[in-house]
Amino acid sequence: MLTFTETDQGGRAHIEGPMTIHNAMNLKSQFMGALSASQHLELNLAAVTEIDAAGLQLLIMAKQHQIHIQHELNLINHSETVLAAFEMMGLVSWFNDPVIITRQ
Amino acid sequence: MDEIEQVLGLYISESRELLDEMELLLLNLENEQDQAESLNAIFRAAHTIKGSAGIFLLDDVVHFTHGVESLLDKMRDGKIASNSELTSLLLDCKDHISLLLDNVEHKTVLADHDFLNGKALLQTLIIVVKQGGTDGPKEPPNDNTQLVPTQDVERENSPKVLSDNWHISVRYHPDSFRFGMDPLAILRYLTTLGDIESITTLFPSLPSASEMDPETCYLGYEINFNSQANKLDIEGAFDFIRDDSQVHIIPPSSRISDFITLIESLPEQDIQLGEILVQSGSLTPNELEFALSLQRQLKSQSIEVPLGTLVVNNGLTQQPVLESAIAKQNQIRDVKTKEIQSVRVDAEKLDQLINLVGELVIAGASSSLHAHRSGDRVLIESFSMLTRLVEEVRDAALQLRMVQIGATFTRFQRVVRDVAKELGKDIELVITGAETELDKTVVEKISDPLMHLVRNSMDHGIETPDVRMDNQKCAKGKITLNAYHDSGMIVIEVSDDGAGLNYEKILKKAQQKGLVLEGETLDVQEVNNLIFEPGFSTADSVTNLSGRGVGMDVVKRNITDLRGTVEVQSTFGHGAMFSIRLPLTLAIIDGFLVEIEKSSFVIPLNMVLECVQLSEGNSDIDPNTQQSYINLRGEVLPIIRLRSLFNLGGRVPKRENVIVISCLGSKVGLVVDKLVGEYHTFIKPLGNIFIHIQGISGSTVIGSGEVALILDVPNLVQKILTTESAKALYSQTERMNVQ
Repeated sequence: MLTFTETDQGGRAHIEGPMTIHNAMNLKSQFMGALSASQHLELNLAAVTEIDAAGLQLLIMAKQHQIHIQHELNLINHSETVLAAFEMMGLVSWFNDPVIITRQ
Repeated sequence: MDEIEQVLGLYISESRELLDEMELLLLNLENEQDQAESLNAIFRAAHTIKGSAGIFLLDDVVHFTHGVESLLDKMRDGKIASNSELTSLLLDCKDHISLLLDNVEHKTVLADHDFLNGKALLQTLIIVVKQGGTDGPKEPPNDNTQLVPTQDVERENSPKVLSDNWHISVRYHPDSFRFGMDPLAILRYLTTLGDIESITTLFPSLPSASEMDPETCYLGYEINFNSQANKLDIEGAFDFIRDDSQVHIIPPSSRISDFITLIESLPEQDIQLGEILVQSGSLTPNELEFALSLQRQLKSQSIEVPLGTLVVNNGLTQQPVLESAIAKQNQIRDVKTKEIQSVRVDAEKLDQLINLVGELVIAGASSSLHAHRSGDRVLIESFSMLTRLVEEVRDAALQLRMVQIGATFTRFQRVVRDVAKELGKDIELVITGAETELDKTVVEKISDPLMHLVRNSMDHGIETPDVRMDNQKCAKGKITLNAYHDSGMIVIEVSDDGAGLNYEKILKKAQQKGLVLEGETLDVQEVNNLIFEPGFSTADSVTNLSGRGVGMDVVKRNITDLRGTVEVQSTFGHGAMFSIRLPLTLAIIDGFLVEIEKSSFVIPLNMVLECVQLSEGNSDIDPNTQQSYINLRGEVLPIIRLRSLFNLGGRVPKRENVIVISCLGSKVGLVVDKLVGEYHTFIKPLGNIFIHIQGISGSTVIGSGEVALILDVPNLVQKILTTESAKALYSQTERMNVQ
């Protein structure tokens, strides 16, 4: 479930609950609305309870899309499961967002 | 989680098939000339079960199966010779795996004693593997990475890479998510085998945001993997996706040419991929350059060599890996062609279809009746065409439920082996006619009675080896299971070359029990069939297999419930043969339709002997009881008046008819008002409320739309026989009291 609010600095969004293949369809359409709305989008991942490869793929899509249309996307407050998945797939540096590194 | 559940279900059913296959191979192992092939197949089965279990994170299964696999691996390499002890151990292990899978399926936890049993088995496996390892010829273990050939370095113009890590390259099939696969879960499993040193996730085919389908998988990865596991184990992690996705696994210290193959087979640009390989640490920059230049050389020469030969010639791939890969490919191909030829259908759907066809037959019959009444010739003609088609559809629908009896028969291989061992006898099971088909529901229900007969033959029939030797027989006993079709019935025979039935003993016992009266003369056949009487056993000692006297009558009842018959033929000293005759299907009945007081009844046609008219002169009618006797050509025939049995009331017509039926070895007459004729119909089971009604086994709808009840003839006859013998007993004691 993605909630989007516009602020002076740009858009803010946060995702609550799972990001898996089961809700990927819904999430994508919600993403598309939020992505084009603002020059600078901050996506809060603190409340993501579960993420699988389909969820990761959505984040990749979002990031690539923003780069493509020259908007900015920052992921913040990665929840533990998100971070673990990022590390597992070697995506931390690709997203290039500041994260709290717990391993390595 | 539905997809996962589904895939898990698929995994469990596939594993069960593999386990069955494993069991069969194990049982035949001892008789096999060339064991290598069988051992390979057994190993592959265990390995597939383990590999897939890993993906579902079924740690128990992985752990246990790994132990089994280690032993099989040694056996396959000839380091441990197979013997019957090991076979028994492996069979027990197979049972345990099956138990573990049951628990996975029902989401239950293993019972305590099963858990301990599993632990003990695993312990034994470890000990056997260890001892075998010390006894066997010294050879470096095959599953170690050091075995990657080192001796051909000079000969090979493609140098080896420096890295001591594995390189794994995966491109997922676009439908992977839809198949319930989560690339993350596979990575997680991989981490249980070793450390992921470096991973690059790739998504070159990811389209622009608007076109991207979130349920399609666009991912792939390149992994530099540090592990002591063998190639089969690592491949195991990808077993479930290997068919559709692209998976390349390159062992440590492979040759650069291997990486060239990899680079060539992947969709990304050569340079880009090369860089990833360098970044991940699998290749050094120099190696990459060398690889790319070598690749250009090879391209210009363009020699076409099948990949498999190239790989082996270069000594790159470990032989077992290649063999198993080829076998796996063949297996997949076989399965695929099978899939084309047959479709798995839910049994319930099939039952529904049969039911609908049943309704169609009934509705068709009723329409055709109306057509006949209308007298319109064109209508009648078109309906007769329709009826023919409906009949064809009915036959085709019933054909769908037919399965071969072979699978049921093969299950007995194990039973015979285990029981023979327990009894200290040497028994061989011979199966013929395994391809004979019969209805699935019949197959399920016949399994128990068959089990009883087979056990009985082993326990009572086959003698111990020394007794057999004394009787000039081969020490090895033989039990034969045979099946064939005979005039719309299936005949299943269980025969043995054992001692046969003891006529004297049976007769004596029967007289003791009052089943046969003193002075009554019976032929051999009749005496032999006495063993099906309730509470009859001639066994001198009660073993835990049979001999308690519950058994043969249960067998007989079960078979009678299926509208079948069972008989025994025996020659004393030379063996016995039990033949079971069953209708091919339970859903359809060839019946004889009769009427009493406007109610219709169907009597199974195969039991009807003849019909006679009941004239007042030839019966000895007692209006107070349901039964009486008639004189049928000088023979006494007990009759049952269905009118009074079912309390139908009404007036007895002037002319009544008697249908003479033969069942359970005796003849009985059923008195009815009117004979309608032969009738093919579908049986509809009675609802639960009517389950206790005696004498009725089902219902059907006849052409006029009325319900006709199907008589449970065996039950009726049984009833009349027990009252008869009770009466006989009563009069006997009366007489004794008088004396």
